[in-house]
Amino acid sequence: MKRDCDKCGKAATVHLTEILEGQKLEKHLCEDCASEEGITVKASLPISQLLEDFILQTGGRGETSELECDVCGMTYSQFRQRGVLGCPNDYDAFEPVLQPMIERAQEGAGVHIGKVPLRAESTQKRHNAILRLRARLRTAVTSEDYEQAAALRDQIQELEEP
Amino acid sequence: MRLADLTQSAGEWLRGAGPMHDVVISSRIRLARNLAGMPFLTQCSPDQQADLERRLRREVLAAGVAPEMLYVDIAAAGELDRQLLVERHLISRQHAGASHPRGVAVSSHETTSIMVNEEDHLRIQVLRSGLDLAGAIQEIHRTDDLLEERLDYAFHERYGYLTACPTNVGTGLRVSVMLHLPALKMTGEIEKAFRAAHDMRLAIRGLYGEGTEASGDFFQVSNQTTLGKTEEQIVEEFLRETIPHFIEYERQARSSLLARRSLAIDDKAQRSLALLRATRLISSDETMYLLSLVRLGVNLHRIEDVDVKTINELFLLTQPAHLQRLLDRELGPAERAEARATYIRRRLNAN
Repeated sequence: MKRDCDKCGKAATVHLTEILEGQKLEKHLCEDCASEEGITVKASLPISQLLEDFILQTGGRGETSELECDVCGMTYSQFRQRGVLGCPNDYDAFEPVLQPMIERAQEGAGVHIGKVPLRAESTQKRHNAILRLRARLRTAVTSEDYEQAAALRDQIQELEEP
Repeated sequence: MRLADLTQSAGEWLRGAGPMHDVVISSRIRLARNLAGMPFLTQCSPDQQADLERRLRREVLAAGVAPEMLYVDIAAAGELDRQLLVERHLISRQHAGASHPRGVAVSSHETTSIMVNEEDHLRIQVLRSGLDLAGAIQEIHRTDDLLEERLDYAFHERYGYLTACPTNVGTGLRVSVMLHLPALKMTGEIEKAFRAAHDMRLAIRGLYGEGTEASGDFFQVSNQTTLGKTEEQIVEEFLRETIPHFIEYERQARSSLLARRSLAIDDKAQRSLALLRATRLISSDETMYLLSLVRLGVNLHRIEDVDVKTINELFLLTQPAHLQRLLDRELGPAERAEARATYIRRRLNAN
């Protein structure tokens, strides 16, 4: 049965049934009027949309936007603005909010089962230690503390040896 | 090997052969990889970006990925050369337009290209003619392994290969198959095919990938899910399900058009060829439109005196940067329209 949009009379493509206080309420809308009402009808969401939705869901909660990576200094709200992460450690630093977002974008999957680097023994911890040292090295160079910088450089080189 | 050598002909992947080439133009697989112990690109200082570019350039060229590799320093390359690489699908538009230190390594047959400092530190891609994802996945694993002998990748026990954008995390793998679907477009059934693709969580894009309109008769179909499946599973789904469906729909649409409207199809294809053979001024869009119909005519054996390879080459060599490289000077839009027409006439009348 073809129906017209309740609002503008164009052909309705979105059909909703709501139960409100025991009353059945039917709505028939065209795509435009549906999106005006805030009803999304797209079957597949582009990533920007996905991020936006997610921000709307979590934006009100103070604690998530205050998450900050102690390695690269990126905050969760900066990630929300840019859409790209700052460093590998962000995956752990933003985990409480990132994990559900990843699962939504990945058909519910949250664990990698594919290829593993041959040298997987070089663990995440070591990489993050290098990242931290690099951040300290940068500060040391900016503040012209070259003795400290040289020591940090040696530590980084030691850790980078495969 | 120089960049100028690339302009004379199309890359290996456009030769118009390979399995299912009547519908499938090319198969592409790319891997996103980042170095461990380094911030992702946007969080790198300018010095770190420059260091990364130097280091990755050195390692990529030393890894023995192909007998001969050309490295183009994109930050130092002229506008025309950057555009040329985009037209040849060797770099993304984003990579061409950025301003930080970055580059691309290209194998001599252009089947492998490795972008340095794109959204991720490395974007490795393998391109094949026709439907050859099995060959492409094998080649990209080989390339990835060679690079990994020299580089420590950022890898997470749970999330796999870590990428700047979390939508690529896990395998970091994106399969893109470029399809020519003129008959589905004509019969209007293409929307139905796209809806089915969206339901299977596939993305449909235009000729030049991300951010480009799916216009004309050429479409790229790619996966959006990168986590929770093995690389082989992702490829298998394309080979066993996704692409065979598209091929079958398109071939059905072609035979039904031939059965019901063969004269109209002949008319469209032959008129298009005649126009291309007679044109004196022609835009890029009109060229694409007409070439698409000629390609359909050739694949349906309604046009016998032109081969698919010539048509595929014309798609590429009539693009703005290619025309200007062929003539070795900068051309305004009006001059390009004339140069394009001259080139098309020469190629099609000699064929």
